[in-house]
Amino acid sequence: MKLSFRRKAVNAVMLSLTGVCTVLAVGMLFFILGYLFVEGGFSLSWNFFTKLPVPVGEMGGGMANALVGSAKVLLLASCIGVPIGFLAGVYLAEYAGGSYASTIRFVTDLLNGVPSIVIGIFVYTLVVAKYGFSTYSGGIALGIMMIPIALRSTEEFLKSVPGALREGAMALGATKSQTIATVVIPAAMRGLISGMMLNLARVAGETAPLLFTAFGNQFWSPGWRQPTSTLPVMIYNYAVAPYPDWHRQAWAAGFVLLTMVFLINITARSIVASGSSHKSR
Amino acid sequence: MATSATIPQTARPHGRAPFLSRIFSGDSLAQALAFSCATLILALTALLVWELWAHSAVAREKFGFRFLTSTEWNPVTGDFGALPFIYGTVVTSALALLIAVPFGVGAAIFLAELAPPKLSDGMTFLIELLAAVPSVIIGLIGILLLVPLLLTVVPPIKDSFGNHPPFFFSGPFYGPSILAAGVVLAVMIAPFIISVSREVLLAVPKDLREAALALGATRWETTWDVVVPYARRGIMGSIFLALARALGETMAVTMVIGNSPRIVASLLASGNSMASVIASEFSEAIGDVYPSALIELALVLFALTIVLNGAARLLILATGEKGASQ
Amino acid sequence: MRQARNVLVGMAMVALGAIGQTLINGGGATFPYPMYSKWFSDYSKKTGVTINYQSKGSGFGVQQITAGTVDFGASDMPMTDMQIKEFQEKRGMGILHFPTVLGADVPTYNVPGVTAALNFTPDALAGIFLGHITKWNDPELVKANPGVNLPKNDIVVVHRAEGSGTTFIWVDYLAKVSKEWETKVGRGASVQWPVGLGGQGNEGVAGQVKQTSNSIGYVELIYAIQNHMTYGKVKNVSGEFIEASLASVTAAAAGAAKAMPEDFRVSITNAPGTGAYPISSFTWVLVPEKISDPAKKKIITDFLAWMLKDGQTMTSALSYAPLPKEVVAKETKAIAKIK
Repeated sequence: MKLSFRRKAVNAVMLSLTGVCTVLAVGMLFFILGYLFVEGGFSLSWNFFTKLPVPVGEMGGGMANALVGSAKVLLLASCIGVPIGFLAGVYLAEYAGGSYASTIRFVTDLLNGVPSIVIGIFVYTLVVAKYGFSTYSGGIALGIMMIPIALRSTEEFLKSVPGALREGAMALGATKSQTIATVVIPAAMRGLISGMMLNLARVAGETAPLLFTAFGNQFWSPGWRQPTSTLPVMIYNYAVAPYPDWHRQAWAAGFVLLTMVFLINITARSIVASGSSHKSR
Repeated sequence: MATSATIPQTARPHGRAPFLSRIFSGDSLAQALAFSCATLILALTALLVWELWAHSAVAREKFGFRFLTSTEWNPVTGDFGALPFIYGTVVTSALALLIAVPFGVGAAIFLAELAPPKLSDGMTFLIELLAAVPSVIIGLIGILLLVPLLLTVVPPIKDSFGNHPPFFFSGPFYGPSILAAGVVLAVMIAPFIISVSREVLLAVPKDLREAALALGATRWETTWDVVVPYARRGIMGSIFLALARALGETMAVTMVIGNSPRIVASLLASGNSMASVIASEFSEAIGDVYPSALIELALVLFALTIVLNGAARLLILATGEKGASQ
Repeated sequence: MRQARNVLVGMAMVALGAIGQTLINGGGATFPYPMYSKWFSDYSKKTGVTINYQSKGSGFGVQQITAGTVDFGASDMPMTDMQIKEFQEKRGMGILHFPTVLGADVPTYNVPGVTAALNFTPDALAGIFLGHITKWNDPELVKANPGVNLPKNDIVVVHRAEGSGTTFIWVDYLAKVSKEWETKVGRGASVQWPVGLGGQGNEGVAGQVKQTSNSIGYVELIYAIQNHMTYGKVKNVSGEFIEASLASVTAAAAGAAKAMPEDFRVSITNAPGTGAYPISSFTWVLVPEKISDPAKKKIITDFLAWMLKDGQTMTSALSYAPLPKEVVAKETKAIAKIK
């Protein structure tokens, strides 16, 4: 049975269209990266990394405090989100069963779906309204956002460790917690680390929760109880303003942020990829 | 089974260690610790819902269900209604889906059916990187690049319609608009549609394809008439997932939507979405009713995302089960 | 990697080294932000004291000082009696207003082909912002601007998206000159705008107008100047078309200066007098009556004293008018009210 011309034509056209869609999707990525590189990369200067913002209308300011501020907030977020999510993931993978586990998974998915702005409001009413704007409230907000993903990725990677390893350890007399700590977790280590890195990359770019918590700061923010400037919030503030100099700085900051996020992403995935190529032994 | 030789043997259930040494053994401690973290998450989420509920009480009591249908947003008189923002959220998300779904499903088809595995994996990796781009950066490109671009591209298109442009393309165009917001949202949700749809398509059993091809169908006919319908629920699930993501997107939308609380049928008009109005107005809302109304809006948004996420999960699961049962 | 290490080291140094340094946090009006950012920057260079001010809108200033999340607020809109009562109830003490500078809201616009300063009558401004006047070549505008070629394009109105004192000044003026505005829209930091796009902060509105052809918005004078935007003249009570300037804003405050109330809350929009610019205003720093931390109290009172002396000499460079002498004298005495 010979194919009609029409069917062949439709086949060729539609299939090539799908190819076009894919090229567009991938192209969008390169476009964004490229545009940021051109606009922002060339605006990067020593000033950007070392100077503080200068008064409105003056030139030569930088985002040094925002870089440090972001680092602090992310550090705190990791210290909150990772342990809680990780231990809860351990619980789900190794100890729990049945309905309690399903409940926790369900609720965690719920938490994961909460828009980041709502988390910001939550931390505002809980913490900021009583204690003022601070770096730690920003860390708490981002930390809460890290929990669901930390839990899911921990559970997934722990579960992927073959049962034989566990049984072997217990046969040798290890307690359950010893098995988990010395056998299961190390076996899943690559995946766990990769998951944590992806998690970090995701919250590194979050802006909305920081608007009502970390607030902003013209100067260096000492300690943890003062408001701090952060990279995403600065990008937002500068992008909507009318000053071309601020726009340039926003592009530069965007380029720095995106580069960091991408580097963490790529590293995280290559950790897992190299792990799986070794597994086939 | 840890027994200690120094603890006196008294009558107890055979094989169980004494109470104290059980408590202080790593095992129970570890389990208790893990358990408490898991429970902490439950508590945290419950607290979140409670805070939203409690702080929106003033607005809920004042407006009742009228909140969802009123178009007033008047800080001077203290009268607030969510409809303009529900409208803005729905329309921008719908527009985003309209743009992203064809492209997304198309790309997913290419990656699942046509591309050689290595290429498919590589391109999927790149597309997942696109999903990792922070919202504020998309917003930055939106406000400094897309909006000026639209300002040059849209007026000629509008003019070509002469005096009777279609209703959704009518009215003055200033740049920041529902259209711009829809486009940036499309860019942000497309990777999710592509990634999940590709997984779902890959999970469709090979026999189906082979059977169709054996019967003389072209590649395209196989894909479109056999594989995709089979994976239909999963693809719907990916769309729901993308929609749930779109609802909560704040920064990119705020930067390009125009921030006006009005309902206008045209895509060229400026509007506001729930997430973006909360972001713009929350810390400045003076008084009792105003912030409470914004928190009630947050509650509505939260409820919507739960429903959508739940539906998405069910749909994706349904396709998975179907595939597993073959 | 080296960058990361340096960042970590810097961060540790900052986190550890600066413990014990008191940082004052304030937020609010974007109207005086160029002045405040210069003041705080110079003050920190001079005294080493860091006062962190974030420009988020007067609504923010009022709301957050009431909530107690910041040490001081800033607003171009004096707090209403009800807001003061709320503050009293929530914080158990009063709130003090300290005027800092005088400024002006100007109608800034971006009309292709028009580089002149347009004349705006009160009716024109009210009409535009009410949505009645929709084209640039409307008779009301043409009448006041003979010789200017106004195109027949649609007017794009830009206003503030969030709670703003700049908005308050603007709508306070419109309410005074237009009965319809007063009844239909009213006064406030945030109103239900009949038409227009929203921008965030003075910065956002300026950015929007700059980017959008045929648009008109209202911004504090310095934002229009710093961004090289055209702004118009407004007809005052005496019938003259006045451009906002140090002289015209000072003239607007002249009457109020003599009759300044004890709590410094006063509106000078549509002020009578020759040469007075009708959309002028004081802007205030909001300080709680009692500050429990003695270190913070000292910083705030010292800064206020500096602001009233040295600070006032810096205002003209940024096109803000300094406070009238009588007001400065009264305020210096009022600093003692902070306990």
